[in-house]
Amino acid sequence: MEFRYLPMTETDKQEMFDAIGVTSTEELFSDIPDSVRFKGELNLKKPVNEYELKKELTAMAAKNASLKQYSSFLGAGVYDHFIPSVVDHVISRSEFYTAYTPYQPEISQGELQAIFEFQTMISELTGMPVANSSMYDGGTSLAEAVNLSAAQTKKKKVLVSKAVHPESRAVIETYARGQNVEIVEIGLDNGLTDLNQLEEELDDTIAGVVIQYPNFFGQIEPLKKVEELISQQKKTMFIVSSNPLALGFLTPPGEFGADIVVGDTQVFGIPAQFGGPHCGYFATTEKLMRKVPGRLVGQTKDEDGVRGFVLTLQAREQHIRRDKATSNICSNQALNALASSVAMSSIGKHGLKKMASLNMQKARYAKSQLKEAKVEIVSESPFFNEFVVKLSDSVSKINKKLFEKGIIGGYDLARDYPELEGHMLVAVTEIRTKEEIDTFVKELGDING
Amino acid sequence: MANQDFPLIFERSKEGRTSYSLPDLDVEEFDLDAELDDEYIRKTAPDLPEVSELDIMRHYTGLSNRNYGVDSGFYPLGSCTMKYNPKINEDVARLEGFSHIHPYQDPKTVQGAMEMLYDLQTSLKEITGMYEVSLQSAAGAQGEWTALMMIRAYHEANGDFERTKVIVPDSAHGTNPASAAVAGFEAVTVKSNEQGLVDLDDLKRVVGKDTAALMLTNPNTLGLFEREILEMADIVHSAGGKLYYDGANLNAIMGYTRPGDMGFDAVHLNLHKTFTGPHGGGGPGSGPVGVSKELEPFLPKPVIAKKDNEFVFETDRPHSIGRIKPYYGNFGINLRAYTYIRTMGAEGLKKVSEYAVLNANYMMRKLEKEFELPYPQHCKHEFVLSGSRQKKLGVRTLDIAKRLLDFNYHPPTIYFPLNVEEGLMIEPTETESKETLDGFIETMLEIAEEVKNNPEIVQEAPHHTIVKRMDETTAARKPVLRYYK
Repeated sequence: MEFRYLPMTETDKQEMFDAIGVTSTEELFSDIPDSVRFKGELNLKKPVNEYELKKELTAMAAKNASLKQYSSFLGAGVYDHFIPSVVDHVISRSEFYTAYTPYQPEISQGELQAIFEFQTMISELTGMPVANSSMYDGGTSLAEAVNLSAAQTKKKKVLVSKAVHPESRAVIETYARGQNVEIVEIGLDNGLTDLNQLEEELDDTIAGVVIQYPNFFGQIEPLKKVEELISQQKKTMFIVSSNPLALGFLTPPGEFGADIVVGDTQVFGIPAQFGGPHCGYFATTEKLMRKVPGRLVGQTKDEDGVRGFVLTLQAREQHIRRDKATSNICSNQALNALASSVAMSSIGKHGLKKMASLNMQKARYAKSQLKEAKVEIVSESPFFNEFVVKLSDSVSKINKKLFEKGIIGGYDLARDYPELEGHMLVAVTEIRTKEEIDTFVKELGDING
Repeated sequence: MANQDFPLIFERSKEGRTSYSLPDLDVEEFDLDAELDDEYIRKTAPDLPEVSELDIMRHYTGLSNRNYGVDSGFYPLGSCTMKYNPKINEDVARLEGFSHIHPYQDPKTVQGAMEMLYDLQTSLKEITGMYEVSLQSAAGAQGEWTALMMIRAYHEANGDFERTKVIVPDSAHGTNPASAAVAGFEAVTVKSNEQGLVDLDDLKRVVGKDTAALMLTNPNTLGLFEREILEMADIVHSAGGKLYYDGANLNAIMGYTRPGDMGFDAVHLNLHKTFTGPHGGGGPGSGPVGVSKELEPFLPKPVIAKKDNEFVFETDRPHSIGRIKPYYGNFGINLRAYTYIRTMGAEGLKKVSEYAVLNANYMMRKLEKEFELPYPQHCKHEFVLSGSRQKKLGVRTLDIAKRLLDFNYHPPTIYFPLNVEEGLMIEPTETESKETLDGFIETMLEIAEEVKNNPEIVQEAPHHTIVKRMDETTAARKPVLRYYK
């Protein structure tokens, strides 16, 4: 069998054996004792040539119902948005995607500058002065924020709103257990965080408070009121998880006194791809600059005074601090941060507000039409591009029927909130047309009865 | 060299210029300003670029020209396994049925994707010899932490709350002790002996009732195989601890030996190293975790299983450490690794390790003529030289690395592992031809000559890059982390 990624010829091998002073490669493996040797051949599928493999995998992909074949109203943290063509053309440049972390700044200025620009864009969106180079995703980024608040305040309890994404809350639980941090859940009040309970739980033992904005149900949490409660505790940190697209229309968390703002930039240029890789962001105040997890790029000059960029403040990071580190992240999502930067540049300063507004408009249209079709709307409070409807049957049953009509229905809230049986979270993005929305409304109205 | 400053995208910006193309508002318009409380309506637009589409392409093409990847040239960065990133992997990852599917779709509508994940899990189980594999972790560091959290949960499930320490060799990467700390453990160090291997006597000294696990890479960070691995496993297991395998160096041993056969209880792999996921300039990666039968109940949620010829997500797992990441891991990277494994098969993967080891030994023997080789035995997929001879002549390893840039090479990993003075850690990988290796060897020997005869040219390197050495001290002292107009 020929292997196109292996350039070694028989002549090469012989010359190399001579140079090393061996007669076979087997001699080079003589240090692996017989007692641990793997005998025989690994039981893997036979190797396949490029043409056949592409055909096979294309067939495998075709078994999946894609968001491009169906009209989707599914969001819940992962969204089907328009992706400008330039994005894939840029991230397909192999100088970017085949590079390692930019440890040698002289030959990595492209990547370093692109990250510096990403940091700037995230800082602009969130209204926070400092943003890092990226995290794995919104969920782990939030979990790292929780642990950072505990480490920084030296307190071991964090309050997390139940209107935060359920999977993010689950990730927070796991990360917090690692650091022996206690999580206390703050319940709901009409789809928003229960501020009375928050006020009751808040005292000087609390390291941080976590709010999602817009929250998991699409509703816009009153950050100002939350901040007023938190600011009564001197040390407690205000942690906000935010869909960055919504910040094209909404006042950014930075203006409400947030200490840490995190989220996922999947909405900018990154396809859903079954949940990953996406791209977490992490933004903070100046005060926390030297505590931020992950990599940071800073501007500096070279010996000739030419502007350039380097990885900086590395004393924070795991490879220097070793067991004193509060985060172990190394590889992050650099290429996806690049994709998001390109998308944000393409959408631009004016396009961003337009895109955010389009989401809001179309979601409102869908909501008003559903109401007319006698589907129960659960809340009338302000929202971004998602809202909750109450249906006459289980969401999974209804979604099966919608699927037969070419529609991927919304998220089944009963998955995480047993009290919300029959509640569907509907997402409407800018790419859903009036026709698609009308069809969805008609079909859902019919099925719902 | 002339000033090579390259404008930021914000500096290309001009008020009123756009490149967006958004759908029309085809529905009746709502008064958003009336609906929202005024204080929640953003007053100042975020200062994103105002550029044309061509501006974007020129900008990022320019930046890509100021970057260096495996496709640009030889990248012998030790412990990073910078092998060729196959192009079919990229094409497959972009197929609509893989790239545009939602994690919350009904599993019945994404059976192709789940079949791929299940098949990949099965392949990785076979390659590592482990009982079960989870594809959840986003990267190697997260894989380490995930496995340590499982080990902690295992001990705690046995009522064993005193196992607070994780042992790491002095040659370990900094991420190992950091992962241990983040999982709530205290890291303790075991020494290496004069052969560069774990000192068994010291290991016996540090293990005890408080040992949760020993974290080990095999071959180790010096590129040397820990021959006494079964003895080490025995020492740790007898003390009630678990053995953890850092898969950073798996590229050396595929088809020759397996972590499961060496007595390891948990393993993480770096699919973006051994299995050709591109590094992307620092991610995204993927760091699957493999475990023994004893640790299987503690796997993170969800686990992909096959039931009655259908692929399902199992979430009812009472002993699970819980979720470590939303959704199902870095699917796109897992898909690339799967494509690679299908391209190579068992025969191909064994050849990968064979040639990775052959290439490393060849370079090592050629370079030991001029560079100190602290551990002279055969290496596996990488080796570590010391720049100590050159240091005596006033030239540091950092200078040698910078001089390599002038010859259009990415330098090796430097000053790591910490137990080698002025270390140069070289990993050629199996995808490089003998001609490429010879070219690099020749350059290294030439630089060694320069160190003797013309040290300034090395000390002042690089000379031919677009920027020279950066002032990193000022960057850290007065950090500028974003652009301001």
